[in-house]
Amino acid sequence: MSSVFDVVFSSAFLAAALRVATPYLLAAFGGLVAERAGISNIALEGQMLAAACTGALVAGYSGSVALGALSGIAVATLLGLLLAALRLELGADAIIAGIGLNLLASGATAYAVYTLLDDKGGTSGLDSGTLPTVPLPGIESIPVLGDVLSGQNLITWLAFLTAPFVAWLFYRTTFGFHLRAVGEMPDAAASVGIPVRRVQYAGLALSGALAGLAGVFLSMGYVSFFVRDMTAGRGFIALAAVFLGGLRPWGVFLAALGFGAAEALAVQLGTLDVPPQLVSTIPYAMTLVALALYAWRRKRRGVGEATPASL
Amino acid sequence: MNESWHAAGPAVAARAVTKTYGNGVRAVRGVDLTVPPGEIRAVVGENGAGKSTLMKMFYGLEQPSSGEILIGGRPRTLRGPAAAIALGVGMVHQNLMLVPSFTVAQNVVLGVEPGRRGLVDARAAVEITARLAEEAGLAVDPKARIDEVSVGMRQRTEILKALHRRAKVLILDEPTAVLTPQETEDLFAAVRRLRDGGMTVLFISHKLREVREISDQVSVMRAGSLVGTVPTADATERSLAAMMVGRDLSLDVDRAAARRGEVTLRVRKLGYEAPTGQSLHRLSFDVAAGEIVGVAGIEGNGQSELAEILAGLRSPTAGTIHVGGTDTAGLGVAGHRRAGVGYVPEDRLHNGAALDESIADNLVVDRHDRPPLARRGVLHPKAVRAHAERLIDQYAIRTPDPSVPMRALSGGNVQKVIVARELSAGPRLLIASQVTRGVDIGAMRFMYERLVAARDDGAAVLLISADLTELLALSDRLLVLKEGLLVGRFDDTAGLTEKHVGLYMLGVEHHDDKHLTAGLAAGEEPTP
Repeated sequence: MSSVFDVVFSSAFLAAALRVATPYLLAAFGGLVAERAGISNIALEGQMLAAACTGALVAGYSGSVALGALSGIAVATLLGLLLAALRLELGADAIIAGIGLNLLASGATAYAVYTLLDDKGGTSGLDSGTLPTVPLPGIESIPVLGDVLSGQNLITWLAFLTAPFVAWLFYRTTFGFHLRAVGEMPDAAASVGIPVRRVQYAGLALSGALAGLAGVFLSMGYVSFFVRDMTAGRGFIALAAVFLGGLRPWGVFLAALGFGAAEALAVQLGTLDVPPQLVSTIPYAMTLVALALYAWRRKRRGVGEATPASL
Repeated sequence: MNESWHAAGPAVAARAVTKTYGNGVRAVRGVDLTVPPGEIRAVVGENGAGKSTLMKMFYGLEQPSSGEILIGGRPRTLRGPAAAIALGVGMVHQNLMLVPSFTVAQNVVLGVEPGRRGLVDARAAVEITARLAEEAGLAVDPKARIDEVSVGMRQRTEILKALHRRAKVLILDEPTAVLTPQETEDLFAAVRRLRDGGMTVLFISHKLREVREISDQVSVMRAGSLVGTVPTADATERSLAAMMVGRDLSLDVDRAAARRGEVTLRVRKLGYEAPTGQSLHRLSFDVAAGEIVGVAGIEGNGQSELAEILAGLRSPTAGTIHVGGTDTAGLGVAGHRRAGVGYVPEDRLHNGAALDESIADNLVVDRHDRPPLARRGVLHPKAVRAHAERLIDQYAIRTPDPSVPMRALSGGNVQKVIVARELSAGPRLLIASQVTRGVDIGAMRFMYERLVAARDDGAAVLLISADLTELLALSDRLLVLKEGLLVGRFDDTAGLTEKHVGLYMLGVEHHDDKHLTAGLAAGEEPTP
């Protein structure tokens, strides 16, 4: 058992936890923004995947990592807008439309990679590069802190800044104020002249962009290539974090961080003498336990902060 | 944009306004209405008389098919609420348009937030709300969350919303339907103060007594047309009711003395531990065949729980209930129905009807599985339709066809469908909860007649209502509930006044146990 503690309290583990939590954080905030706008974005998974693939391909062909990342985010944003359009213009059920987008992303990315690179697995044959890491000159040399904080990817930093950003957006800005009103009580928002649809489109675009950033991190930070279905359910786990966090920015932040830590733990424990199949179930098992806990708390205490119309 | 108001003209007016919907229904026909500034104008009419449609046109939610809407003395084209708001029209909707998780102040400023460069100044919002509340005499707690404040405060929040938008005209759509008498009084005081400050108020209501109390003039609508406008001082409830329905109509109920038969409902020491809501303690009473027993009480004192227990929706935690000799305490809803219990729930939209389904289907939900409507598990659509047509005819349900979904019906007609279903089953015991809530006078009168007719046919009727006038008009005997306890029992309702019963409802007076249980058979076993 002591070896487990050695793992958990090592600076390598903490650094890995931050790295692994990055896509969860970004995708979860994407999910949160959409949820509070009143449209469940179950397509986080597909948006991440599409962004990861687009990013790696564009970066590989153009030689520009920045262009790749921006293209990936743009594609995910468009998918967010597409989900909003399906819901708002055609009246489609957001869950069904989201499942459709996820299947589309899974199939389309595999098809694109195969067509372009003649490779059924991914883009490892393409030299895409990764987004830059951020060294912290002063802190680098401090024993534990330096190992944990310095040298993290740019997007990891962005992911951690997303929490205060979304909190600020929700509770300080007119846009966030309108977004929350629209998501919770669209009729009330409409009756005071708030353009409900426009706010929802904007919310879903932002949601898609955040998921896109998460996806870009996977193929251009975590590793330097795209692998078919590389999101591996992270979009859905992020969605679980949205609800586990009680639809509040800091709650979602903690929940996503928890899921990140669970996955990092699984990775680190893989080096020990524990069956790897068992270890790799940790994030998913934790999701189930967490959701059950959330449901139980909710049942005991009544409903949480807000119940968006999408629920 | 308020400066574009014409000083001398009417605040709000309609000129030959007609509204015809796409399906050919003409909701408003050639209405001419003029409301001068600084007046409280009541607009009354039965459901479907067109008053809501007219108000929606003033608020930009609907556009007239022909004719003109005038706001501030000038003809206007209102493409939406935003245009009406900009011209100084505010509307308080019947189902309040507030965001539950927002505070009072946040709701007041929503859409017109104080602050700069896309930021909301939360402190300014609270200050604005407090100042408006102070000026208008509408007491609110600006920092309280909407879902944690009373309905009355929510409504005051809605009015403050309109004031924050500098409304000069305030449309109140059935504002008192959700208020307690005290809150209603406070609302009226605030509305008068607003009028004295120059506000024009359009007050939509069913309740003629309140209309007489609050308004300066009353406009009466019937079947889409404006029947007339009279000064409130010259109007009586009776004359207004006659204008509304087009014939002389009173709500006095003709009923002969009850012919009490055998005891049908026997409740002994009924107890209920409520997880949420009101618990019930040791209730004992009888309801006999052929009598209407009213249950009075301030809402939330256990009436809803009692009704749901007697209908089989909740299980009691103590005591016994017998209906016509059957012990129903442990039975489910189907068992209660087999024992002859009919139930008109207080929340008809949630518990009384499936709104997306047709009238015909709603009329058979309690008997779809047996002849003549079904044989060997197969439904006979023709029989279902014939059954619906018969009841639509008998209960004067206004609809073009039995296949119309319930959602398309007015409140009164939805209630008629439910009452038709429950009474046509020939119940031995009818639990009727808030039967006339939100229905118009014509439908109200109809319900009264039906309940008395059911009684005369030998049904035991337990009538639960928040309307004391109604209880006194219909009940042969009256029980009073307070905090889940039986505190009053009146075996003769003749000469009983609302004020007297009110003392029991408030807990000022109560009957002792001996009086409450007098004449109840002691045994817990039913007499066969």
